[in-house]
Amino acid sequence: MSALTFTLKLKPDQRVDMSPLVCHKLDGMQAAEIAALTLQNGKRKIRVDELFDIAGSDAQNIVIKNSFGKLDFIGKELDGGRITVEGDAGAYLGLGMKSGEIEVSGDVGIYAACEMKKGFLTINGNAGDFLGAALPGNKMGMKGGTVLVKGNVGERAGDHMRRGNILIEGNAGDYCGSRMTAGTIAVMGQTGKYLGFAMRRGTLLLWNQPQASARFNDCGAHTLAFLPILFASFKKFNSKFADGSAAFNRVQRYAGDMSEMGRGEVLVKIG
Amino acid sequence: MIINGVTIDATFAEAFPMKATRAIITAQNEKWAMISAQAMTGFATSVIACGCEAGIERVLDPSETPDGRPGVSIMIFAMGGKGLAKQLETRAGQCVLTSPTSALFAGIDGGTRIALGKNLRYFGDGFQVAKLIDGKRYWRIPVMDGEFLAEATTGQVDAVGGGNFLVLAESQPQALAACEAAIEEMRKIPNVIMPFPGGVVRSGSKVGSKYAALGASTNDAFCPTLKGMTKTDLSPEIESVMEIVIDGLTKEDIDKAMRVGIQAVCDLGATNGIKRISAGNYGGKLGPFHFHLQEIMA
Repeated sequence: MSALTFTLKLKPDQRVDMSPLVCHKLDGMQAAEIAALTLQNGKRKIRVDELFDIAGSDAQNIVIKNSFGKLDFIGKELDGGRITVEGDAGAYLGLGMKSGEIEVSGDVGIYAACEMKKGFLTINGNAGDFLGAALPGNKMGMKGGTVLVKGNVGERAGDHMRRGNILIEGNAGDYCGSRMTAGTIAVMGQTGKYLGFAMRRGTLLLWNQPQASARFNDCGAHTLAFLPILFASFKKFNSKFADGSAAFNRVQRYAGDMSEMGRGEVLVKIG
Repeated sequence: MIINGVTIDATFAEAFPMKATRAIITAQNEKWAMISAQAMTGFATSVIACGCEAGIERVLDPSETPDGRPGVSIMIFAMGGKGLAKQLETRAGQCVLTSPTSALFAGIDGGTRIALGKNLRYFGDGFQVAKLIDGKRYWRIPVMDGEFLAEATTGQVDAVGGGNFLVLAESQPQALAACEAAIEEMRKIPNVIMPFPGGVVRSGSKVGSKYAALGASTNDAFCPTLKGMTKTDLSPEIESVMEIVIDGLTKEDIDKAMRVGIQAVCDLGATNGIKRISAGNYGGKLGPFHFHLQEIMA
């Protein structure tokens, strides 16, 4: 059975809500039924076959070709299966994702992995602001699973994050880990201003020294036993994080945000 | 049955269902992992008075441990799950948490989950940190030498306790040498422990006593100094009897351990003073697991 493939025929001016096209919703549907589904496109609704050429039948393996940055809500609440996006993706990629895998070859918009619960999300390009964050007004962001970003991420990555891993090979924007409740964000590149702003608990694992902050207190240099186990868990990924040379267990530990609960930590690689 | 001049009695060892768990202790080096493991499995020879039976299963290579450091695998057996959980927690708290550079991990992934570091975390007084890695929860507890890392839970499984055999020899040194040879071979078998000191027990017991307060007393039928004053099971040339008790995860594990142990004893043979191999049982009425010596050695 070949992958259920949606090839974008035209790039609409208005944004498209792609949330109906997820594995668990399409499972068992005939091609004609899928073609007749409607997607919200700006103010109007548009049939799937008006927008996409449809091929293949395996709803557990969906491929979206010629994707671009106005296709929002791809993989919303995905509950098993795999979605491959060839090109860019819009906002809210993998919103509330429950399980399964999503891989995007290009860049993604804001709120990717927002309130994600479980599963694995790979972004081969850059991610916008609020990666793994909570929706505005909500208190809990990402609650589990792993997000791997091979490029850079915008501001407020992991805002209100509760559990899970965000792995960033590139740089992170300002307010990375803001209001974080728990979980781990690892950044191989540089981080911006206000790192861990109002962070309560959780770990920010950095390869480079962040900008100094009065809200974090230096706890000294340490060899931490959990780091080899954490890095071993990254070995299954197709990523720089899986490379043995990327692993370390000697870190400078900073505790904060001291203006908040102060149980969070920033661990910076030594040497 | 006679092997190398050693008579294998037509009898059987009688064993009982128990609950078991395994934990992995790692440390900066094997020396300190072993110190911690020895402390954790200390005073755990018999459930009669220790609350559990525990022992070191084997030394682990760094490539076999979760954190890549030298480690030791230990196993604890108890009559019930509640007692096992209590023993595990108190021993982990007093013997591993306290031991320099140590870390503690689950040794059984399946089974019923019981607390390993789950409750020890409160020692962290609010500074403890949880990390969920690949579906396993770890607790990082701040201690004076750095951080104590403990996996939250380990597995509890059904197991078998009380497999045994007796070595009957012409002298005490010969009985001990035979038991040492047996233990050396039996320690190579996975999933078993021999909980008594050095793996050997010289005070085998029978059920009951002339004293009402005692449930067990010396096995006078196998005490060589009582040959002339009790209903003895010993022939005149037997001067010393020692026992090896085995707890294992399955009956098959104990079978294997008994086979290699008895074989090691028989390899020394009659020329080294070993005359008989026997086993302890209660007539087959108390324990559902029977280990027939001659079947094992067939």
